[in-house]
Amino acid sequence: MPQTEKLEESPKGRLSRDVQRKIGQQLRAMYTDVVNEGVPDRFADLLRRLDDKNK
Amino acid sequence: MPAQHDMRESMLAAVPNLRAFAVSLCGDIDRANDLVQETLLRAWAHQDSFEPGTNMSAWLFTILRNHFRTEYRKRRREVEDADGGYAERLTSPEAQTGHVEFGELREALLHLPPDQREALILVGASGFSYEEAAHICECAVGTIKSRVNRARKKLAELLTIELEPEPESAPQVLIRRAV
Repeated sequence: MPQTEKLEESPKGRLSRDVQRKIGQQLRAMYTDVVNEGVPDRFADLLRRLDDKNK
Repeated sequence: MPAQHDMRESMLAAVPNLRAFAVSLCGDIDRANDLVQETLLRAWAHQDSFEPGTNMSAWLFTILRNHFRTEYRKRRREVEDADGGYAERLTSPEAQTGHVEFGELREALLHLPPDQREALILVGASGFSYEEAAHICECAVGTIKSRVNRARKKLAELLTIELEPEPESAPQVLIRRAV
């Protein structure tokens, strides 16, 4: 996360494109970090058990 | 049964995104995993209510979101009962998630009202359209748009505090942090 830049707001209280872009980038980076962990075993196992039970 | 196998595969494929959504909502990886597990169990038990050909991911997100909201209300009641009306107390997200580099952002997210938080994540991170997000949150498209705007604005404020470099602004930081 960039620590040195200050987020600025435009006079009307609307966020500048730049701020919106930064927020979007950070949000997506945080989100992707978790997505990249993939599927933990517990969930693959859970769905396998549920699937087997229905057979 | 091929249809059921497809169901399992589709649900499995949605797990990474469901976890990312859940962590963003609650800021706690263990609780997020529990939310995802409950979502999968509910979805499996109610497979009949899924309309084939519609967006499976949006359907699962809806289940997770509703479960989170029910839990959130329940927790808040418990905290209010125990704590004389104060809102849900937040513990350090860094300690809970293990994702230190996004600690400040996670903490800022937790300071947003839940309806703004979910709208911002769905549109800004999960990649849903405003229309899909409105469907998931069971509200009007205009409501989602205004929630996303308010969430961005509040987040910018909160992150400005975190990013503030000048030491002379410290008293202001303390005041604003306390709000």
